[in-house]
Amino acid sequence: MSATATSTAASAVPHRKRSVVRALLRLWPYVRPARGRVFSAAGVAIVAASMGLVMPLVLKWMVDGPVADGDTNGVWWGGLVLLLVGLTEAALFGLRRWLVARPLARVEANMRDAIYRHLQRLPVTFHDRWPTGQLLSRATGDLQLLRMFLAFGLTFLIVNSTTILIGFGVLLVQDWTLGLVLVLPVVPLIVLCALFERRFSLVARRAQDQMGDLTTVVEESILGIRIIKGFGRHRSQARAFRVLSGELRDTELYKARLLAGIWLVILALPELFLGTALVLGVSQVADGELTAGTLVAFMATAMVLRWPVESMGFLLALCNEAATATDRYFEVLDTEIPDEPTPAAPAAGEGGTPGDGIRLTNVVFHYPDAPPGSPPVLDGVTLHVRTGETMALVGATGSGKTTLLALLPRLHEVTSGRITLDGVDTATLSRAEVRARIAVAFEEPTLFSASVAENVLMGAEGADEAELARALRVSQADGFVRALPDGLETEVGEQGLSLSGGQRQRLALARAVIGKPRFLVLDDPLSALDVHTEARVEAALREVLADTTALVVAHRPSTVQLADRVALLSDGRVAAVGTHTELLRDNAEYRRLMTGESQLSRGRDAESDGGSLTAPSRTA
Amino acid sequence: MTTQLTDQDTDHPDDRDPDAPARLAEPDEPLEPLEPLEAADAYADDQLPAPRGASRRLLFSLLRPHRARVVLAALLLLTQQAAVQAVPLLVAYAIDSGVPALRDDDNGPLIAVAVAYLLCALGSGVLQSLFIMVSARINQNVLLDLRGRIYRHAQALSLDFHDRYTSGRLISRSTSDVQSLRELLNEGLQEMLLILVSLTYIGGLLFYLDVGLGAAAVFSFVPLTLLVRSYRRRSREKFNERSTAIAAVIVKFTETVNGIRPVKAFRRESANDVSFDRLNRHHERINGDTLMEMCRFVVLSRLIAAVSVAGIVLWGAQRVRAGDMELGALAAGALYIRRLYDPLDRFAMLLNSYQSAVASLHKISGLLAQRPDVPEPEDPVALPERPIDRPGREVLFDDVRFAYRTGGDVLPRFRLRLAAGETTALVGATGAGKSTLAKLLARFYDPTEGRVLLDGTDLRRLSMTELRRGVVMVTQEAFLFSGTVAENIALGKPDATREEIEAAARAIGAHAFIEELPDGYDTDVRKRGGRISAGQRQLVAFARVLLADPAVVILDEATSSLDIPGERAVQDAMVTVLRDRTALVIAHRLSTVEIADRVLVMERGRVVEDGAPAELVAGAGRFSDLHRAWRESLV
Repeated sequence: MSATATSTAASAVPHRKRSVVRALLRLWPYVRPARGRVFSAAGVAIVAASMGLVMPLVLKWMVDGPVADGDTNGVWWGGLVLLLVGLTEAALFGLRRWLVARPLARVEANMRDAIYRHLQRLPVTFHDRWPTGQLLSRATGDLQLLRMFLAFGLTFLIVNSTTILIGFGVLLVQDWTLGLVLVLPVVPLIVLCALFERRFSLVARRAQDQMGDLTTVVEESILGIRIIKGFGRHRSQARAFRVLSGELRDTELYKARLLAGIWLVILALPELFLGTALVLGVSQVADGELTAGTLVAFMATAMVLRWPVESMGFLLALCNEAATATDRYFEVLDTEIPDEPTPAAPAAGEGGTPGDGIRLTNVVFHYPDAPPGSPPVLDGVTLHVRTGETMALVGATGSGKTTLLALLPRLHEVTSGRITLDGVDTATLSRAEVRARIAVAFEEPTLFSASVAENVLMGAEGADEAELARALRVSQADGFVRALPDGLETEVGEQGLSLSGGQRQRLALARAVIGKPRFLVLDDPLSALDVHTEARVEAALREVLADTTALVVAHRPSTVQLADRVALLSDGRVAAVGTHTELLRDNAEYRRLMTGESQLSRGRDAESDGGSLTAPSRTA
Repeated sequence: MTTQLTDQDTDHPDDRDPDAPARLAEPDEPLEPLEPLEAADAYADDQLPAPRGASRRLLFSLLRPHRARVVLAALLLLTQQAAVQAVPLLVAYAIDSGVPALRDDDNGPLIAVAVAYLLCALGSGVLQSLFIMVSARINQNVLLDLRGRIYRHAQALSLDFHDRYTSGRLISRSTSDVQSLRELLNEGLQEMLLILVSLTYIGGLLFYLDVGLGAAAVFSFVPLTLLVRSYRRRSREKFNERSTAIAAVIVKFTETVNGIRPVKAFRRESANDVSFDRLNRHHERINGDTLMEMCRFVVLSRLIAAVSVAGIVLWGAQRVRAGDMELGALAAGALYIRRLYDPLDRFAMLLNSYQSAVASLHKISGLLAQRPDVPEPEDPVALPERPIDRPGREVLFDDVRFAYRTGGDVLPRFRLRLAAGETTALVGATGAGKSTLAKLLARFYDPTEGRVLLDGTDLRRLSMTELRRGVVMVTQEAFLFSGTVAENIALGKPDATREEIEAAARAIGAHAFIEELPDGYDTDVRKRGGRISAGQRQLVAFARVLLADPAVVILDEATSSLDIPGERAVQDAMVTVLRDRTALVIAHRLSTVEIADRVLVMERGRVVEDGAPAELVAGAGRFSDLHRAWRESLV
């Protein structure tokens, strides 16, 4: 079921050699504002670690000195020093956390903001390809992981590497032959860790992607709950869930096996060499080449290094997961937002032919990810909607009506051809500008989590109360809105009250007509209304349409009657343009679509091929 | 925009009170269905009421099946620790006995040390590896179990619940809240055991060295315990808030991504940036708060430790001077006391993930505590065998009344019989009660009074599987699941063969367009039906019913998003679908009403007209008005 998700994720991974360091370095711009604190925290951690080493020395000094000598003053002084060291240590521990707590929470939030902003601006085709769950897991789980890495992983990577380096220096100074014995396993350790890293990163990546897929299945089963309930249960969805969560578990177990392997190496290998050093040391002591005290000190130092070395396994895994999370994050962020053709935009915006209406010239549209060679959805559409005119767009299911409408507000970009609004090519305008000029109501009305008023006012910035009331009246929504618990202020959408399809559609229509847009694009705007409401909405809508340039997808004669003229879309082209009556009379396909009569076989007939664009004059 | 969630949380902290009475727990009462606009929205809260201690019980119930493995893991870790702790002893032995023996040309002790060291080194590595694998298995099984429970439970809960609790929150429960348990499990068990081992080991040593020292060390744990309690109290609140805050972020995120088209068309990007930023910053602040809580705990616990160490050493020094304690005991004891507090940091982290996991578990258990309002029967019965010659099944609403718990009747008491094999069209204005009636038959709700009988069997006595074999409801929504077109059709009958799927599609009139898709039936419909038009999705939905082949079908007819030929095709198919079945259709099209055997006109929850379509058209009632309007709209 989720083959899409996996393949999306997989195809998004470029085939370059993956590097943990390179991946993590990409975080720098986000960490930069917090860099001072992050590195200070590492510094503080190093000092705190040294404090931890001072403590035993003070204790030893105190017991061996003042306590043994019965020096009361010395004991008090010792106690005071002990207390001070302890308090300093506590303060340093706190300081380290305090330094990074809020800045890193901020880094996480900033990154989340960035991905959200970016996603909002990525084209619709991107969203068609990427399941929400995958995006969501990148914006939440992956970012939390990154914060943890920055707060602990990075700090301790620095602290522990420093400790290990210093520790080895001390060991070599104490006894360089024994020290060398301990240095020996470093090379195989690094090699093994590198091998481990490569394998582990693949698995970590797989686990995170599977998590995304699982999130997608969960999301769909929740969004499609009505269908699932209607049919009892969705077995393939349940199976997909079971399979995916099982796969995720298996991947996690495999990760654990890899981890177990590297832990075995990290724990046992240094210890084996330490054992060798001990045996060698003991024989050196026996031979008098080494004092027992030096050997003890050597072993003690080596054992202090145990935790830093061991922690490397854990830190490596964390690094890896963080690198994977970074990759996943940047896969989304690296997807480019199509350029805004802003050059000379103001000039272009000013120019044009006022009163030219909407003009489509030879518009071809091909989904960017459609297989090469497949026929375009729209194949040379040429259409002119005159200013103030309402044009109905009629066509069989799948003829590309909805796609055509999506091209107007540039939800999709034309593959070739031009769309002009009052003579201005929409491609020369910024998307925001195009969308500001065109108001849309979609077939599936989506309301946002906001009040009714806010939802409607989204259609026009700065519209006033009177405008709002008018828009609600046009869409015949004023009645039911008044009956809502908080009237206009009632919260609707995902977080609010659920409204019926018809109610949502009426609000979506109000959103489209508010603020008297110059251009209006409606996709079957009355489909969810009952006949009576539909008749009332139609009457009110007629007034709005009287002085608006509109393109309306229509399925029924009643909707078509809102329009001055009708364009018939067939096989990705405009097959005929004319009034409803004319087309009914002259065009078999139109007749079939509108009345269901099918005395003629399907297909374009002679009259719809030629001369259809030189539309007959407008009849009222 | 979406700050309601957070505002609510700060304005009404009582609503989140874990000890609040379980407002929604009454299992047998139907929850308010969709329509009651005035009813208080109990699900608007992120935190659903859960009985006291529910989260701990949930955690234990998740771990219980793995008791044996938990014990094994603990043993592995203890043995591993023994191997680790033995190393210093080996060093001591090597120097104390190995060196003199070697000087006497006796290799024995040194060889023994070498062998023991080898064993310890390998042992600690191997045991640690085993421990990782065993504990990973426990963790992953627990997570698998929990994810499954949430998933299944969410699927079992009523539509009403889903309408109110919102998908974003459910997603948040099953992702980010599960994630926090995962973090606890990953490190938790190991940390807890290590801390226990180290405390017992050092505590024991202190007592062995000097009872006074041991007692003093134990005494120092009193302020530490108090601190832990205060931390838990303070952080519980913060973690709860954090989980709510991230849920709000998730809700906003999914809403935007799922509604990307309108977002773009209405240029909501900047407004969304602002409102998302607000939610995100709120989460950032709370997140920072939890981190600062942790910081506070670490500092305070370290301070207590510092004071304790200094105090105990000074006290010890006094006792040595007074001759109550030996100098050697103090020398050794002082070093050990210091190590006693070493695990504090790790304990803080453990506590941190524990608190975070508890907060999440609390929310999850609140969700799991929701009873599905249409419970499965305890002793389900099977539907009686259907006579071959009789199509469909008879439906009887036996003195059914349906009301909200808050009062107002949606459907006043009524009795309605739908004859087997008959198609009944339901018409009426929005809010007339059509969909409530339909949902009672689909058993999305149970009636407040009376029974809904299917061939004489109360729906409540049928298992869900049996019920759905008998009754299928097709809702207006034309949601497509990711997967292929074929898979989406096969939803009606999971084990359907490709031939059956194609036959269903053909009967519906969907075969042609499906064949034209890039991969035909194997075309992936992508995210939420990307490339398939609304009309086509509806055809797919019809094909599902045809394939499911139920005795009773309830159709909440999608309003006209099909063109007329499409509608014709669907209508023809509908005749096929409805033939030989009992059908209840919430009709929006005249064409549909015309194929019905019987029409029920509803108004304010009552059936006001009932009869054959032709009969009602001829009359002077509401239906004939409606019919005229319809006629006119078709011109």
